[in-house]
Amino acid sequence: MQWNSLSEFLAMGGYAVYVWGSFGATALVMAAESLLIRRRRKAVQASLRAEPPFNSQQQP
Amino acid sequence: MKAGQTRRVGTGAVLLAVLRRETALALRHKGEVLTPLVFFIVIASLFPLAVGPESNLLARMAPGVLWVSALLAAMLSLQRMFASDYADGSLEQMLLSPTPLALLVAAKALAHFVLSGLPLVLVAPVLGLQFGLGGQSLGILMLSLLLGTPTLSLIGGIGASLTLGVRGAGVLLSLLVLPLYIPVLIFGAGAVEADASGLGASGHLSVLAALLVLALFFAPLATTAALRISLE
Amino acid sequence: MTTPGSHLFKYAAPQKFYALAGRMWPWFAALSAALVAVGLWLAFFVAPIDAQQGQGYRIIFVHVPTSQMSMLIYLVMAGWAGVGLVFNTRLSGMMASALAPTGALFAFLSLVTGSLWGKPMWGAWWVWDARLTSELILLFLYLGFLALQSSIDDPRRADKACAVLALVGVVNVPVIYFSVTWWNTLHQGASVSLTRVPSMAAPMLWGMLTMVLAFWMYTVAAALARVRSIILERERHTEWVKHAVE
Repeated sequence: MQWNSLSEFLAMGGYAVYVWGSFGATALVMAAESLLIRRRRKAVQASLRAEPPFNSQQQP
Repeated sequence: MKAGQTRRVGTGAVLLAVLRRETALALRHKGEVLTPLVFFIVIASLFPLAVGPESNLLARMAPGVLWVSALLAAMLSLQRMFASDYADGSLEQMLLSPTPLALLVAAKALAHFVLSGLPLVLVAPVLGLQFGLGGQSLGILMLSLLLGTPTLSLIGGIGASLTLGVRGAGVLLSLLVLPLYIPVLIFGAGAVEADASGLGASGHLSVLAALLVLALFFAPLATTAALRISLE
Repeated sequence: MTTPGSHLFKYAAPQKFYALAGRMWPWFAALSAALVAVGLWLAFFVAPIDAQQGQGYRIIFVHVPTSQMSMLIYLVMAGWAGVGLVFNTRLSGMMASALAPTGALFAFLSLVTGSLWGKPMWGAWWVWDARLTSELILLFLYLGFLALQSSIDDPRRADKACAVLALVGVVNVPVIYFSVTWWNTLHQGASVSLTRVPSMAAPMLWGMLTMVLAFWMYTVAAALARVRSIILERERHTEWVKHAVE
């Protein structure tokens, strides 16, 4: 273990903003993307359920 | 020639025919050809207004500024390559003709160069004088534009064919095509700078020539594929 | 005549692939999470401090994975594009569309983490070094792909047009990289490269590789999950979609 304390870990030798900024941005973007994918799926499902019953004579 | 026989037309004849047709069409809409040229002049003149008239700065900036302005002006007229033919149905005729589409596309791109690129080549030295470029630099500038603008037309044809009839085609075309233009820009402006700094422009000009050859081979293929997709 | 693996061709049908992707993506997501955990542990608790860059170098554990993935995804997209154009399969275009947003986001993250790395190390928020500049142009290529896709209404035409664009892009990427590298060395002389990583101690290397793998698994999971939505959207007029949503 190379960190003597939590505060030392968070300080990252003075580079805290840059290191945690990078990891934070990455985590944020990936989480946001996952949410967006899930939202898109819900939207598709909702719009499919809202459509009128399928009529095989209908023109697409 | 009997009815039903198709006449095999030589490459040179095709090029000439397309060039004559494009020139005739352009002469009917002179504005379409002249506007990008005026745009070139105006854009290039904006930079001294923005950064001040200090001659050393302008001379240093000139290769980049003139190349970017020429590139943007060349891009402005790209839609003209296929849009009007698409609108009046002659593009479909081209797809159906016995002449290979790739050849027609290459001819169209070269016609675009003659009508849009060559004027830029001829006007650039005048603007270069405004920026304080010396005689030899002006020559290298013209040469780099002469080698570069056909490539811009060829690559631009890919973008023009992909965005045929699409909403917001103009800006979309720019977004698609500008990243592909970057190598030409780097070596075109770089040639003038290299010459001005005494390193000699031959390396850059050779690369520009190589890019032109690459574009001549591959761009018509991509454009042909894109045209068939757009016209399905 | 059955050739080995020919039974896999049934997955070229969107309906079959929809079900397969639905079963597969949670596994990739779980794998990714596990690898991220291991990677972060290696990055922060095993990899030592760097002699030159102190603790700041640890950004490579996200910067390198994001840039590698942004480039790999573009290659895979172009691969799907080629397959789609040659075999005229619907699913190939859908896979390329499913990958593009993830690739664009990774390209963007690569630029962000690159800037955050550059600022303390080289003193500027942006340095025009060859790798960062090429990454920026790659982002433009991704944005062009996404823009073209959203501006063409007919999905089949959009897929094919984007396929041509992706293939043109992938051919251009080496040309662009070569040009930018040339431009960079010409103008900056013998400057240090932003992305020159410290001579790697083994734990650093392992941490980086783990994170690359983690992001790769994440990409597969995201693409599989996204393609399911795309399939539903595109195939909405088929019977099986109607039943799939009930």
